[in-house]
Amino acid sequence: MYNVDLIIIGAGPAGMSAARRAAELGISVLILDEQPVAGGQIYRNVDRASAVRSDILGKEYTHGLALTKGLHHDNITLLKGAVVWQIEEGTRVAFTQNGTGALAVGKRILLATGALERPMPLSGWTLPGVMTAGAAQILLKQSGIACQGAVLVGSGPLLYLIATQMVRAGVPPLALIETQTTRDLLRSMRHLGGALRGWPYLVKGLRMLWELRRAGIPRHVGATGITIEGDQAAQAISFYIGKSAHRIECDTVLLHHGVIPNTQAARSIDIPHLWDAAQNCFVPECDAWGRSAVATVFIAGDGAGIGGAKAAAFAGEIAALEIAHDLEGISRPDRDAAARKLRKHLAIECAARPFIDAAYPPYAGAIAPQDATIICRCEEVTAGDIRRFAGLGCLGPNQAKAFGRSGMGPCQGRYCGLSVSQILATANNISLDDTGYYRIRPPLKPVTMGELAAMAASEINEVKE
Amino acid sequence: MKQPRYAQWSQTSAAAWAGFAAELSDATGHDLGLEQNGGYDLHFSEESLEATVSQYEVLKEKLGGDYPFEVLGHNALRREEPAIGPKVVGAILHRQDGHANPLNLLRALADDVRRLGGQVLTGKHVTHADKPDLFRVSCADGTEVHARKIVLSAGLGAMSLGPVLGFKAPIRPQRGQVMITEKLPKLINRPSLIARQTDEGGIQIGATNEEVGLNNGVTQTGLSGLAAEAVAAFPSLAKAQLVRSWGALRILSPDGLPIYQESPDMPGAYLVTCHSGVTLAAAHARFLPDWLEGTDGAPNLEAFSEDRFTLS
Amino acid sequence: MKTDSPFREIDPQSDHVLVRFEEEDLMLPLGENLAGALLVAGVMPFRHTPVSGAPRGPFCMMGACYDCLVLIDGMTVQACMLQVAEGMKVGMPSADRVHDV
Ligand SMILES: Cc1cc2nc3c(=O)[nH]c(=O)nc-3n(C[C@H](O)[C@H](O)[C@H](O)COP(=O)(O)OP(=O)(O)OC[C@H]3O[C@@H](n4cnc5c(N)ncnc54)[C@H](O)[C@@H]3O)c2cc1C
Ligand code: FES
Repeated sequence: MYNVDLIIIGAGPAGMSAARRAAELGISVLILDEQPVAGGQIYRNVDRASAVRSDILGKEYTHGLALTKGLHHDNITLLKGAVVWQIEEGTRVAFTQNGTGALAVGKRILLATGALERPMPLSGWTLPGVMTAGAAQILLKQSGIACQGAVLVGSGPLLYLIATQMVRAGVPPLALIETQTTRDLLRSMRHLGGALRGWPYLVKGLRMLWELRRAGIPRHVGATGITIEGDQAAQAISFYIGKSAHRIECDTVLLHHGVIPNTQAARSIDIPHLWDAAQNCFVPECDAWGRSAVATVFIAGDGAGIGGAKAAAFAGEIAALEIAHDLEGISRPDRDAAARKLRKHLAIECAARPFIDAAYPPYAGAIAPQDATIICRCEEVTAGDIRRFAGLGCLGPNQAKAFGRSGMGPCQGRYCGLSVSQILATANNISLDDTGYYRIRPPLKPVTMGELAAMAASEINEVKE
Repeated sequence: MKQPRYAQWSQTSAAAWAGFAAELSDATGHDLGLEQNGGYDLHFSEESLEATVSQYEVLKEKLGGDYPFEVLGHNALRREEPAIGPKVVGAILHRQDGHANPLNLLRALADDVRRLGGQVLTGKHVTHADKPDLFRVSCADGTEVHARKIVLSAGLGAMSLGPVLGFKAPIRPQRGQVMITEKLPKLINRPSLIARQTDEGGIQIGATNEEVGLNNGVTQTGLSGLAAEAVAAFPSLAKAQLVRSWGALRILSPDGLPIYQESPDMPGAYLVTCHSGVTLAAAHARFLPDWLEGTDGAPNLEAFSEDRFTLS
Repeated sequence: MKTDSPFREIDPQSDHVLVRFEEEDLMLPLGENLAGALLVAGVMPFRHTPVSGAPRGPFCMMGACYDCLVLIDGMTVQACMLQVAEGMKVGMPSADRVHDV
């Protein structure tokens, strides 16, 4: 059993920078991450990546080294490979490490669990050979594995980033099939003024597009009717540009149309969430310090709303300041002075967001998928099933579980939850806030019965002692 | 469970279940996953096994011998359930017990009620009911429904609506935490209160009995306790992944038995509440309508009236 | 099951050790991500779903989708959250596990 001031769940930029800042203010920190090394999604495996890999991934990636180094501090305990599966009473965390269940108690908890890729249900998206674009990037970062002859499908800056990284790795994608339209671009222009404050991101975007053009990667923009073909595995992808039909043979399809906050942990303790129309996702309700409705629990980074890695790091530090203030590690004026600087940086980091969100909206064909498309990958429930449930009076995602098992498999709704909410909201013509989301229950991740049972035994022993 | 009239009533339901399931799945195409090959009451000590057996003997006598059960020692049980662990000393086998898939039952009922012309209004929160002439049911959104008779089957909602219609409705919530594993190959043949395997392969474990009011949360200690018991009964479950858990609120009367009551103040209003709605579903579908309409075929449900709570 | 893999290592770093996948002996890089190593070795699919028996392979590589499940030591575990160890025996949690027994 661990007993500390602050438990941080997630060792990405938000978690790592919060840990360092809190530790420097005299707070004892336990930081847990299910991955075998610290870094989070963006800086995954940065400590161990070879020079070849670092060149491919770029300076943005190696920037993470500063954060992982920051974890070497006497007040910080880092547990790697620690999968958190339950949070109770805003202070107690149950997790599994190396096949053994354990508990940690903290005066405060910071959720820094980051983002997930937005589910992109298309016909054929469950076939072997179809992965998220993020998965291909993880293979590259984590294992130096490159994927030949892939087609990238969807929209957004991350799609371009991954495409350029593939080019640099010597495995250029066959093509990009992009779902954003020129109308989206026009609509995004009204945010361009604000976005100029975040100009480095715009420059980076242009540079990536230029790099793709120089490598001769075909870009099909404004695609609709996207279908992945194949019987036992992906064999081809077909789509329309305007009225003309296209088909590309390929055995790897990489999907991506943005990232959304990973809200599983926050929802499991009933923190209220609101629909964010600009980002097209639910975000947890937090104050300016990241404090949630459960007063001992804070949220920082992409898990609180998508802002990117640098924004996540600033938000982590801001939360750490307030936590340290709660625990009397910093005075109010010092907290405020430090926070003021951080908020200024944070605002600049977020300046380009409204422009990006408007220019690269989610693919409409995956927000309202065809009836035959599988929505819940685990239980194999289709969009048509969900619409039928609505016809039977199913008003929300929790009832959808009872009607047809959607969201009841091992992924616990991570890759169907948002789709189910959106399909039901449309079918019933009620708002997303009123439709809501799955009620998330422990375990946040599957845990073996043996691990659970062993914890019962150890409690009996504790009482005996 | 050891009350004679209730034992009869649930046996009646068990006997009606096969026909009820067949009719529902014919009408709707949903397989209810009904299996009626019996169920166990597993015991970890000779003392508890013997004590329970003698309670059942008494019950059997009261019912004139019409209460079949068998006692299996460890070896006999092991022949039936190869996965059973050494800590289980034996079990009581109730041949009439069974298992159905509650989610499929729900879906089939939702379809069939509509097929038969029933109207289902969802998303309506009933706030009041009275009887100016016909019964009038009022909803939060302003909807009003008028009817000759009304059945209050609102689960824990009867705590507040019951008194409005002249019932005592002495019910309370009791939490049961339940958990379910990943889908596994056939491991458990017959259900027990500790673990049962659904037709989809998942093993359902639990539930706890906790007096915590309306809190339907899940606790690590609750889950660990359930897991420990299940692993003691079926050791190979130690390697199974737990994928879901939930806390549900039982609807309990003071003696744990159902309440069937017509309102003394407002005739035509009925309270129907029970904790074993799946077990009793067949009896409720088949025999309760006669009771509600007061026909000659109506079952005698006096033992389940609210009067029992004033007398005792 | 084994196909010509579109996946390859760009900067091989680790020694290769013997790992068994179903009936097949594979040489995989020690300590590297198991799902990635199996992909490079041409393993696909990883499993068949218990619902319809459909073939599946890794989808998210970040421990969220559970499509990379494999059977190790009697437990279904996420290949993308494990590292290659010498002598590992990996099996497919197939549809038969549920439907045939
Ligand atoms: C697949 C993917 C690839 C991306 N690639 C890029 C990129 O190349 N460039 C870029 O600018 N942005 C990228 N992004 C966006 C980027 O991830 C975020 O902006 C940034 O990482 C947010 O930082 P964070 O600290 O909030 O979360 P993260 O960096 O995501 O860190 C969250 C951490 O929490 C851990 N965690 C989650 N749940 C649990 C649990 N139950 N128990 C224990 N640990 C848990 C995770 O393992 C993870 O390490 C990517 C996003 C995704 C999803
Ligand atoms: S690939 Fe998604 S959990 Fe492993």
